[in-house]
Amino acid sequence: MDAKKLGARSVLYAAAGFFALFAALPFGWMILTIFKQNTDLYNPQYNPFLYNDPPTLGNIRLLLEDTQYLTFARNTLVVAILVVVITVVATVPAAYSLTRLAGRWGEGLGIGIFLVYLIPPTLLFIPLTRVVADLNVKNTIWAMVLVYPTFTIPFCTWLLMGFFKSIPWDIEEQAMIDGYSRLGAIWRTVIPVSVPGILTVVVFSVALTMHEFVYALAFVTSSNQKTISVGVTTELIRGDVFYWQALMAAAALVALPVALLYNLFLDRFIAGFTLGAVKG
Amino acid sequence: MSAGTARAGLPVTVEDQGEDRGRYLLDREGLLGPLLLLPAIAYIAALVGFPLVLAIAYSFSDVIVADQSIDWVGLDNFRAVVKTPNFQNALRNTFLFTIVSQVIVLVMANALAMVLAADFRGKRLVRFLTLLPWTTPIALAVLGWLWLLDNVYSPVDWLLREAGLLGPGTWLGPMGNVYWLSEPSKAQLVVLFVHIWRTLPLATVILLAGLTAIPQDVRDAANVDGAGFWRQLVYIRIPLLLPIMAVAVLFGMVFTFTDMTVVYVLTRGNSDTHVLASLAYFTGVESGSLAQGAAIALFLFPALVGIAVLMLRLARRTETN
Repeated sequence: MDAKKLGARSVLYAAAGFFALFAALPFGWMILTIFKQNTDLYNPQYNPFLYNDPPTLGNIRLLLEDTQYLTFARNTLVVAILVVVITVVATVPAAYSLTRLAGRWGEGLGIGIFLVYLIPPTLLFIPLTRVVADLNVKNTIWAMVLVYPTFTIPFCTWLLMGFFKSIPWDIEEQAMIDGYSRLGAIWRTVIPVSVPGILTVVVFSVALTMHEFVYALAFVTSSNQKTISVGVTTELIRGDVFYWQALMAAAALVALPVALLYNLFLDRFIAGFTLGAVKG
Repeated sequence: MSAGTARAGLPVTVEDQGEDRGRYLLDREGLLGPLLLLPAIAYIAALVGFPLVLAIAYSFSDVIVADQSIDWVGLDNFRAVVKTPNFQNALRNTFLFTIVSQVIVLVMANALAMVLAADFRGKRLVRFLTLLPWTTPIALAVLGWLWLLDNVYSPVDWLLREAGLLGPGTWLGPMGNVYWLSEPSKAQLVVLFVHIWRTLPLATVILLAGLTAIPQDVRDAANVDGAGFWRQLVYIRIPLLLPIMAVAVLFGMVFTFTDMTVVYVLTRGNSDTHVLASLAYFTGVESGSLAQGAAIALFLFPALVGIAVLMLRLARRTETN
């Protein structure tokens, strides 16, 4: 019996190790690469898994000082903040309306809005390029500010609906009995208890903004208007010259914090994606 | 409306003043609902609905970047596009990558979900690491693979050389490198592999949610009856998880089917790796022939509608249960 249990445990640990290695491999390789000197990295005789020359921080310095990385970072930040504002302003009332005021068809309409999230950028980027050109925002960060809410609004409305469903509505009704108007009651009771839900919206708006690639690639060609995903993959790889260490630093410095942020709110994310097929 | 009347009227109708307030709220509620919904719906209509119509209009017209007026040309774009070997290859790749990757993901995700449902030391770290392919921005994550599979400095090649499998007079041939992304058959395998790598975490977390929702008494009963691991798997887990597996696979299919980022970063479409989405990008944006690009992208649409219908069915079924 004990031997059997031990066997099961070792299978478990082996499987966990295998999957962790499989998933983390390119990130591990990124981090190893960042601190390598050129003489170390570009010598095919060396064991690539070791530091044959002492590690260096010079590549990160190169990235921050000699490339437009900080410009990309600033653009991404501006886009993310504005997308968050638009998303919150549009989704909080929409989700409230769908869960509280729409009655029976609220759920159906909510699912309909969520399905909009699945219409891919690759289907829409050609006509949207025309739209942003007509609005005079092509080739600027404003194009992304304008278009990114098209996927954050559907996704976050759905997330918030799930959240609103769990709010005990007596508090709102109590506030109305106490003499507040409906909007006053919403403002005083619903919004305060919704802060965690709104925070989730903020986090996923930022995460989805950081993840987006296709629209940014199609809308922006000036390097000083690019966001990180596109700037790093198009501006730091030039011709035959790859600054691999700086490139890996550029990717890892953003990818890992975004992953951490994502992980903190993962449960809400999954609740949205299971479409109510799981009721715990 | 009727629900609103009941709600507003319920606690307030004690005195005259309350009656007035109830009616006042009733008036507002019919108005307030649509009003609060309006910004979101308007945004989606203007920047998803309208472009979708425009995409369809483009694909039946002769728009190019230099001349954006829409003149109708019927099915000409579709006819012209379908004939090209590039398109046929992209169509084949799109379906192949999507179907094969999701079959493999389904098997692997079941295994990984079982691992993450168990308790063990370092579980939080394992969970963080195994989710990385999904939680990191895709373009940046794929850069890691691009460097791992470099033509000259790939550590995979180095391991193969050290193992005596690569190089002159060895099993993998005389060259000192595999050139993962330079030959069509290998490059296509790499793209497929990266799609598997990328969508595994999403399927896993969806399955995990389903797994933890299996009632404990069902599992207890199975244990008492002495059902072993495989019997429980076949007779309890898989049947109970079937709807949630369908959800996982459908999402995985949407994200693989419509993705162009993996191909763009790894090969820019070289080595016969184009999929519909990336071919649409290169035709519509890089070559400036908007109409043909839109026509290629539109081939994604029927499959997406089919997937959406399946999802709605699943959602409705769970609702009625």
